[in-house]
Amino acid sequence: MIPAAFDYHAPGSLAEAIELLGKYGDAKVLSGGQSLLPLLKLRLGSAGHLIDINKVPGLEYIKEDGGFLKIGGRTREHALEESELIHKKYPILSDTARVIADPIVRNLATIGGNLAHGDPANDHPATMLALGATVVATGKKGERTIPIDKFFTGLFETALGHDEILTEIRIPAAQGKSGGAYVKLERKVGDFATAGVAAQLTLGAGGEITKAGIALTNAGLVPIKAADAEKFLQGKKPDAAAIGEAAKLAANATDPQPDRRGNVDYKKEMERVLTTRALTKAAQRAQGA
Amino acid sequence: MAKHKIRVTVNGEAREGEVESRLLLVHFLREMLRLTGTHIGCDTSHCGACTVLLDGKPVKSCTVLAVQADGRQVMTVEGLEKDGKLHPIQEGFFQEHGLQCGYCTPGMMMTGYALLQTNQKPTEGDIRQAISGNLCRCTGYVNIVKSVQHAAEAMAASVK
Repeated sequence: MIPAAFDYHAPGSLAEAIELLGKYGDAKVLSGGQSLLPLLKLRLGSAGHLIDINKVPGLEYIKEDGGFLKIGGRTREHALEESELIHKKYPILSDTARVIADPIVRNLATIGGNLAHGDPANDHPATMLALGATVVATGKKGERTIPIDKFFTGLFETALGHDEILTEIRIPAAQGKSGGAYVKLERKVGDFATAGVAAQLTLGAGGEITKAGIALTNAGLVPIKAADAEKFLQGKKPDAAAIGEAAKLAANATDPQPDRRGNVDYKKEMERVLTTRALTKAAQRAQGA
Repeated sequence: MAKHKIRVTVNGEAREGEVESRLLLVHFLREMLRLTGTHIGCDTSHCGACTVLLDGKPVKSCTVLAVQADGRQVMTVEGLEKDGKLHPIQEGFFQEHGLQCGYCTPGMMMTGYALLQTNQKPTEGDIRQAISGNLCRCTGYVNIVKSVQHAAEAMAASVK
């Protein structure tokens, strides 16, 4: 399959990339290209201009700084998988990176692209919702921050402006007794989730939940934040009864579409089961922290 | 739509071409350079038959633009053999019957080759994980794993 014709630009700086985006109304940002190029090849989407940001310096990093874990927008999934810092302190992120597409795709695929694509079937959106992340968008007027729960505005739509580039993701730094997990049910490596759940828990001195983040993948037209389940867990011990009830509430918050991966009832049930597993694993990790 | 002059080092040799923006790397390799060892399978980045190394890392060349390879190093299956001698990964597939129809083989070998560059003693799990983005429809995964192990052993023996 051959994409429809477009012009290609490979700017050497962020300012130049933003200027090109502003200049061409039908331009798209090419980061890892692992979603965009298939989309263009299948002609589900089109672009008059591709602005390749792979020559822009300083967009790939993973570091803790000023109370945040900061991840550069063009950081490859493979780098997240390999990072010691992520592995030790943010295992929910290595859980997520490891189940995105396949190892070869992950050599190019980027975390910024996974979010900016706005696909509710992508895996990072749920994880970022559970973590309460912030997205940094850079445009003509400089940087602005967008809370992740305001970022996904519709199917394949985000709060990013046309001439803005997702340059960084900020995650509150792991502290105290906190832990998270991402679990995904997929038919085979490389498939989108039949169901996927991200859970992040912070525990107080008595082992009670002081903060809960729960979000679901491919369970509606946008990534779903399970606000009722999060609220329910507040102040409770993460025991089987509380987790079971929260999982029911999380499954109730979803609106999955029937497809070859299953019908609505099956998917809702899998969302409940996976929420139980994600919360159990998150609690174990928080207790071990 | 402007064309781009690109210069790519393919299997150690400088190659040039004038390409449309939309030309995929796999078509540049197969149709402009006539390196037809790299196969096109699913064409949707699932099957891995088109796997080549870009600056040493395996990528699916149906999901990379040729113009993105400008100034970079590409290694294809044709780059494995040296002076008429098969690379251990090729020898491994030959000895262990790692192929039936052979369609997935170039991609499998490039992925296996890349794995062995960073992991000289891969476990069966490491190999299965590495090739999880390469599909074989002759159900030959058992022998493919053996082929990569065969290559790992041969490479370790040649270092000694």
